Amino acid sequence: MVIGLECRPTVDPAAIHALKAGDAVSLSGELITIRDATAKRLVELAATGQPLPVHLGGRLLYAVGPSPARPGQVVGSAGPTTIERFVAYLPFFFEQGVRGIIAKGELHGPIMREFEKAGAVYFAAIGGLGALLGKQVQRAEVVAFPDLGPEAQFRFEVHDFPAVVIIDRHGGNYHETARARWRRDPAR
Amino acid sequence: MRTLDVRVLCDTTARLLVEANYQIPPDILEALRAAAKSEQSEIGRQTLAHLVRNYEVAAAERLPVCQDSGVTVVLLETGQEVHWTGGSIEQAIFEGIRRGTSNGYLRVSVVGDPIARRTAAGAPPGVIHYEIVEGDRVRLTLASKGFGAENMSALRMFAPADGPAAVKDFIVDVIEHAGANACPPVIVGVGIGGTFEKAALLAKKAVLRPIDRRHQRPETAALEAELLDRINCLGIGPQGLGGVVTALAVNVELYPTHIAGLPVAVNIGCHSNRRVSTEL
Ligand code: SF4
Repeated sequence: MVIGLECRPTVDPAAIHALKAGDAVSLSGELITIRDATAKRLVELAATGQPLPVHLGGRLLYAVGPSPARPGQVVGSAGPTTIERFVAYLPFFFEQGVRGIIAKGELHGPIMREFEKAGAVYFAAIGGLGALLGKQVQRAEVVAFPDLGPEAQFRFEVHDFPAVVIIDRHGGNYHETARARWRRDPAR
Repeated sequence: MRTLDVRVLCDTTARLLVEANYQIPPDILEALRAAAKSEQSEIGRQTLAHLVRNYEVAAAERLPVCQDSGVTVVLLETGQEVHWTGGSIEQAIFEGIRRGTSNGYLRVSVVGDPIARRTAAGAPPGVIHYEIVEGDRVRLTLASKGFGAENMSALRMFAPADGPAAVKDFIVDVIEHAGANACPPVIVGVGIGGTFEKAALLAKKAVLRPIDRRHQRPETAALEAELLDRINCLGIGPQGLGGVVTALAVNVELYPTHIAGLPVAVNIGCHSNRRVSTEL
């Protein structure tokens, strides 16, 4: 069963609270994008007391650097990037009130506690599904740092964007559970 | 002596780069289709079916299969009887990469200065390896190497006394540690022997070898099969969501090495292991 989740532009904390590791979700509404260079700029802005381009309270972030749109396209290919590179920035995002991040890849160890404390969730989208995921983006607008090119910050309006809950706000980690369940002894 | 203008390198690089990014190699697509049937976990089968559909749609609508067009890696094999004219071979290939990136609406994923994270005009947009071969043939191979998988690759200098068991454990451990980060199902390229850099280059060539043929030496083919079996027992599965298809293939390449050494490099290719090759 796929759980529908709305973020217009914020997400209902109760809906996030109810999610469990392994749940398949379908997201509709607004996502704010981040990349390595974007995250660094946001932290620098906050450190010098400047406001962030978009208030992140209650928002879902999407870690993505899309490929350029052809004429007539909303956005090019737009699949997730690896979450591990954002570990250093996650506490900052949670301080801003972020309630979830969509990315891909593994996340283990002490950082999981930060999700619990913040009441936030890590969603994995399928890595390498860029052509299809780009089609779920109905509007894309650069909200900050246009000089960063693909690492600019975008506001995406998405419809039925598929993802799986990896880290829920109760300490569950689906990558760990799934791996343990499917692990076998080699034949030789 | 055969005379060729470097412009042919520029044009071919530009064309191959776009093709590589719109169309996944047929052997990989076939393997994904087969895995979408044979994977035992349901979420794994669904994930693989999504990937197959992504590749079909990308090819039909000429879209980049993944937003990460990666670092372009070019392998130029040029015959010793070929005389190149018309300018710099290197600049011609670099220009081809720039043109293909722009013509194909591919993402510029390379930063000029790895420390300062800035790009000055004219910075190399890719990596080229050259090989001088006999005769007058020329072969250009091009790969778009995404960094989700490249970042999880590893190299280790073993001692001969460590033996085959330690080497095998290392290779399996690299894939286990990579987990979902490398966008499984992955293709595992292993280079054993040579020197530090030779092992890495062998691993790159191994990861770019078609996955539907095994190594011609039976012992090496058996090693590939054993490693594939062990990796697919890790439980990682498609995208790390659990299952029995963590890797589509393990390709191993060997080379003579020092009596005191045993270099081993593991280069991981994601399922989107884009490569094309052509004779000029
Ligand atoms: S690792 Fe490969 S499939 Fe995954 S995002 Fe990078 S290029 Fe795309």
